[in-house]
Amino acid sequence: MAALNLAGLITAAADVVAAHAEELTALDQAIGDGDHGLNMKRGFEAVRAEAGAFSAKPLPEALKAIGTKLVMTVGGASGPLFGTLFLALGKEISAEPDRANLTAAFGKAIEAVAARGKSQAGQKTMLDVLQPVHDALLQGKTAPEIADIADAAAEATVPMKALRGRASFLGDRSIGHMDAGARSTALLVRTVAQTIGESA
Amino acid sequence: MSNVGIVIVSHSPLVAEGTADMVRQMVGDEVPLAWCGGNGHGGLGTNVEAIMGAIDKAWSEAGVAILVDLGGAETNSEMAVEMIGEPRSHKIIVCNAPIVEGAVMAATEASGGASLREVVATAHELSPS
Repeated sequence: MAALNLAGLITAAADVVAAHAEELTALDQAIGDGDHGLNMKRGFEAVRAEAGAFSAKPLPEALKAIGTKLVMTVGGASGPLFGTLFLALGKEISAEPDRANLTAAFGKAIEAVAARGKSQAGQKTMLDVLQPVHDALLQGKTAPEIADIADAAAEATVPMKALRGRASFLGDRSIGHMDAGARSTALLVRTVAQTIGESA
Repeated sequence: MSNVGIVIVSHSPLVAEGTADMVRQMVGDEVPLAWCGGNGHGGLGTNVEAIMGAIDKAWSEAGVAILVDLGGAETNSEMAVEMIGEPRSHKIIVCNAPIVEGAVMAATEASGGASLREVVATAHELSPS
């Protein structure tokens, strides 16, 4: 794997979150509390503002710093959940990860998110995207394939009944809407896949 | 102060402050007490930084019990405990209890000098298992 352009990746991630903020908010308004787009945008803009400092660090330290920043700035339940993903990834990943290390670290990070949210795949959450992406990494799928798998996985949350988070209060009425966290996760996976794909 | 501290974390600053008022009036001043609520931008929500600040404010060497309302308050509180880190994190427990009743009952127990484990157990008794 070629050296990762972390500054470029941060910019791309912040751009995609900003571009989709209204869509994420609309998804969250349907079955959540309607602040997901705004919250994610605030968090990723805060990360963008310090992209230079973050990308000067070794990858594990950079990911932990990004995770901490997201915890402190995203707010809602998404802050700790997305923050934990990056914090745990930073703890497990090596400074110059190969695919095996990335896959293993990503698996540990998913476990940390599941523990934080007391959730598991199948409950209409971001885990429903993270888990298939991890499976795809294990199966040796290419970056473009993984991006498509993430989109399909987010789409697959539509018929699910929410069992965690605010949407779970709606019970059966949560069926028929895409989970906002699954959508934002898929957007980020595509961004990472494209950036790494270009540098590979 | 040597009594266990109580932290109240609600999505609404009004609920958090009102619950703290009830604790003060019904239990008194023998318990370190702090509250936080709101997303820091004028809306409903909870945020990790404010929770960490409240834990500092209510800190006691005997430990701190946190009472929360909805799911995000619990998730954010657990994140705050993790970010505070060891060794203090071992003395902070997020209670599974209704926020108002839990805060009053936990504070009552704490005011008598009970241990963190006893304070948390008292709050947990309020939750149907």
